[in-house]
Amino acid sequence: MDLNSKVPSGPIEKKWEKHRFDMKLVNPSNKRKYKIIVVGTGLAGGAAAASLGQLGYEVEAFCYQDSARRAHSIAAQGGINAAKNYQNDGDSVFRLFYDTVKGGDFRSREANVYRLAEVSNGIIDQCVALGVPFAREYSGYLANRSFGGAQVSRTFYARGQTGQQLLLGAYAALSREVALGSVKMFPRHEMLELVVIDGHAKGIVVRDMVTGTISSHVADTVILATGGYSNVFYLSTNAKGCNTTAIWRAHRKGALFANPCYTQIHPTCIPVAGEHQSKLTLMSESLRNDGRVWVPKKAGDQRKPWEIPEDDRDYYLERIYPSYGNLAPRDVSSRAAKRMCDEGRGVGPGGRGVYLDLFDAMDRLGRDVIAARYGNLFEMYERITGEDPWKWPMRIYPAVHYTMGGLWVDYNLMSNLDGLHVLGEANFSDHGANRLGASALMQGLADGYFVIPYTIADYLTKVKPGSRPSVDHPAFKEAEREVEARTKKLLSIGGTKTVDEFHKELGQVMWEYVGMGRNEAGLKTALQKIPQIRERFWKEVRVPGSGADLNQELEKAGRVADFLEMGELLAYDALMRDESCGAHFREEHQTPDGEALRNDEKYAYVAAWEYKGEGKSPELHKEPLEFENVHLAQRSYK
Amino acid sequence: MKLTLKIWRQESPEDKGRLVSYEMDGVAEDTSFLELLDILNQRLIKKGEHPVTFDHDCREGICGSCGFMISGIAHGPQKLTTTCQLFMRQFKDGDTIVAEPFRSRAFPVIKDLVVDRSALDKIVQAGGFISARTGSGPDGNAIPISKEKADRSMDAAACIGCGACVAACPNGSAMLFTAAKISHLGLLPQGQPERKQRALRMVAKMQELGFGACSNHGECEAVCPKGISIDFIARLNRDYMVASALETVEPVKKV
Amino acid sequence: MARAMTFYSTTVGKKVVMAATGVLLVLFIVGHMLGNLQIFEGPERLNAYAHFLKSTGELLWGVRIVMLAAIILHILAAAQITIANWKARPIGYAMKKDVETGYAARTMIVSGPLILLYVIYHLMMFTFLQTPQGLSDTDVYGNVVKAFQQPGISAVYIVALLVLGFHLYHGIWSMLQTLGVNHPKYNRLRRIGACVLAVLIAAGYLSIPVSVLLGIVH
Repeated sequence: MDLNSKVPSGPIEKKWEKHRFDMKLVNPSNKRKYKIIVVGTGLAGGAAAASLGQLGYEVEAFCYQDSARRAHSIAAQGGINAAKNYQNDGDSVFRLFYDTVKGGDFRSREANVYRLAEVSNGIIDQCVALGVPFAREYSGYLANRSFGGAQVSRTFYARGQTGQQLLLGAYAALSREVALGSVKMFPRHEMLELVVIDGHAKGIVVRDMVTGTISSHVADTVILATGGYSNVFYLSTNAKGCNTTAIWRAHRKGALFANPCYTQIHPTCIPVAGEHQSKLTLMSESLRNDGRVWVPKKAGDQRKPWEIPEDDRDYYLERIYPSYGNLAPRDVSSRAAKRMCDEGRGVGPGGRGVYLDLFDAMDRLGRDVIAARYGNLFEMYERITGEDPWKWPMRIYPAVHYTMGGLWVDYNLMSNLDGLHVLGEANFSDHGANRLGASALMQGLADGYFVIPYTIADYLTKVKPGSRPSVDHPAFKEAEREVEARTKKLLSIGGTKTVDEFHKELGQVMWEYVGMGRNEAGLKTALQKIPQIRERFWKEVRVPGSGADLNQELEKAGRVADFLEMGELLAYDALMRDESCGAHFREEHQTPDGEALRNDEKYAYVAAWEYKGEGKSPELHKEPLEFENVHLAQRSYK
Repeated sequence: MKLTLKIWRQESPEDKGRLVSYEMDGVAEDTSFLELLDILNQRLIKKGEHPVTFDHDCREGICGSCGFMISGIAHGPQKLTTTCQLFMRQFKDGDTIVAEPFRSRAFPVIKDLVVDRSALDKIVQAGGFISARTGSGPDGNAIPISKEKADRSMDAAACIGCGACVAACPNGSAMLFTAAKISHLGLLPQGQPERKQRALRMVAKMQELGFGACSNHGECEAVCPKGISIDFIARLNRDYMVASALETVEPVKKV
Repeated sequence: MARAMTFYSTTVGKKVVMAATGVLLVLFIVGHMLGNLQIFEGPERLNAYAHFLKSTGELLWGVRIVMLAAIILHILAAAQITIANWKARPIGYAMKKDVETGYAARTMIVSGPLILLYVIYHLMMFTFLQTPQGLSDTDVYGNVVKAFQQPGISAVYIVALLVLGFHLYHGIWSMLQTLGVNHPKYNRLRRIGACVLAVLIAAGYLSIPVSVLLGIVH
């Protein structure tokens, strides 16, 4: 297969400008003749649907939530990066580009990242115009904060709810288009199949989650902006509904899945409390600025934290990484916490947790300063755990947070399947093997507001207006039948185990063997176990109710069935990538101080997997990565 | 701890519905309310019964999906808390807890605790936006906005659209929701050109959808998980009066 | 006119009408109370005041018409809003707790009609003199004393005035909120002010029957 990234020629600063001129435009009067389907209404999908509606295309937008405003982009806390250099601290488009490529441990495509940095400033302007109430300084000008992986202050924020405010901006723009009739909104609709006719993506099959009706929607091109697949681990910081179904169905129809093993683990989450736990909650990483992370020196120490004298505590980050201390990078500190717990020194229920306390900082800075900085986080922690961080050390543990991998796309954000565009977290393109804080929001909005409106026009000029098939096309009927058959099958198994039980079982395997630290033996075990779980799922699962109304178990079952396939590919990719890079940590490959050790000679490529059928090994296609502007180097933040 | 749950069960919009009791034993204090329902549902599925249907998604209090009446209070007894963030330590051993869907003519029940809140989307579609084309905004710093105004706007913008205000209001009014959006945008310079039409359109839509009137009870503010103040309702009233005096409502236009 | 009708067609418009008429009614109530309190300055003063009011002719009728219109609008809007509110929640809750709202706010729809009945009773007695006590056309002071010396009548007045106090306690605050009179800095004052005004009005009016009963005014 020819993996043509379609990166324009010329110097990196000129590529996007040149490409924008080279791309063809759709005649304004022809735009309304084209229909575009957008699946997902988060930052990427919402921004794309609104922008395309404004341009005059006929847009249909789908989301599984009851409103477009509830997409999981809403939960992003920290902020959004842009190269405005309002702080006069030496930021520039090139520096944002450089930091992002380096942060991604040199596994992303340079041209895409440069474009991302280039359009980042326009995003801030657009969001301000839409009424996003970004934090302001007393001057009335926009405020910035610092974030990990950068030495400049370039993160724009709206309290701890930046994702919410950006999404509500896109949602407002989308709502206006809905009012004008240029976008038709389908909430509580789940995409269950992609329809490909003669190699072109021409529509989708969806299930109305309220009535159970399965129907086809035809378009001239399809956009998937359906987010990441962290929930393959069962417990993650993602919303409960986040799933891989849309991109996995597209993958099964021929779209290549790139770098599935790049999954980011966030170090400061509230640990699992017990069997009943359904999701993990992130605590802002900023806690580590003033906090100290420790575990008891002795394995199995059952004493209460305040009973453990200073001498019996191991401030392991400060010990192992004396120069970074508690500010060691996300992946490094996540793995260190896991090692401590593996040694039996973990704290809290189940022993999967480490202490983080701010008592030193309280003494040094005073309680008022700590309250101002972290008061809201303390409240959140107490609400969930019932423990008061003013008295007890907090317990934290890493959790799956974001997936850098996704469907392979070219520079135009189109997958190898003609007419299938993929935006935001659902694609693989910009973050390489590790995403920097405040970059996900930037990418979602860049794709939706400022990339796809141009590139989709170029694509549509190749499609004859009015040439799209009807819903009666055999391919649609066939896809509907497949969806109906799958639904029926799930409902008819009538086994003894619940969907959640299988999901948890899959999650445990994924976390144990394909989680923070991976090695050959573990990955092989996972590859053995996942198909077994899958097989049992299809024999023993019980999905109650019918397909003809709101049936949340049926929805979950379909999603878990896809996770059970997707998880295997994730492990497969992790096994193949016999190097460590960014968030992908193969224990066989590390520097003496535990850093990821890349193998650029062998693995400086994008691994794009082709689906070959059930029970068959996927086929690997490689897109070599070339670094002309950023010097390949061992990633170091020392 | 041991709890009795009385949950509203309703098969379909047409079904009359009823409260059904479930005994829950061995509930851990650090179980969230939704996790309690998860546990109940696992049990029900195993027994061959239908699980309780309820809306939920992020489970960290920001998406606005979850929410129902918990013993007579929207989102339950803890202030500034969504249902997903309500933990069982807020209850006592032996408590009986009643869970009912949000009730409003504009929020028809779909199934069990799930209601259709698309009316809130329709209010936003009526005018809860700034018509700024993608790419048309000036530099973000071109218009300074005082920190005080920006913060105040953010206070209103924090609304998660859960509908608890409507559910708690003795009159089933959507004024707090609408006022939050009108204030969020009306406090910003970018929101001024459409300010009057926004008020006229959103209020008219609210009316059309069958929400009740605001009688200034303050129940909405009391249950709002984001603590949105009814001061914004006064602001809405002001905007609406001025707009009514000066302009006639017009439909949303393309250009 | 069309714009005014559109305005009134919304619940917000109706509430504004209620609040605006509420302002007029409160002003009237305060004015009326100040007039009535002249009873403490003796029969001459009060009767002279009553005479003066009657002598204004058109002005008095103007005020009466405005007040009548305000009352009608106030009641009409209240009735329409109440019906809309009932319709807004056709199926009630099995269990519902009040978190913030108070007794006064919840009973506006009861206190309102009670006050209307009381106003009719009051007008019948003192304006139209349609009561069997044989009241005088010119001696307002004597009428008041005569009426309130009967415990039954005083009791009706005392209860009604307490109801009025409750109605005003929520009504005055609600009126300011509905008319958009607010500022974060002064919002606390609205509640306090409403409470103080309601208490002053109720106390002012109550002082008359109470004083008559206690024999202070005779």
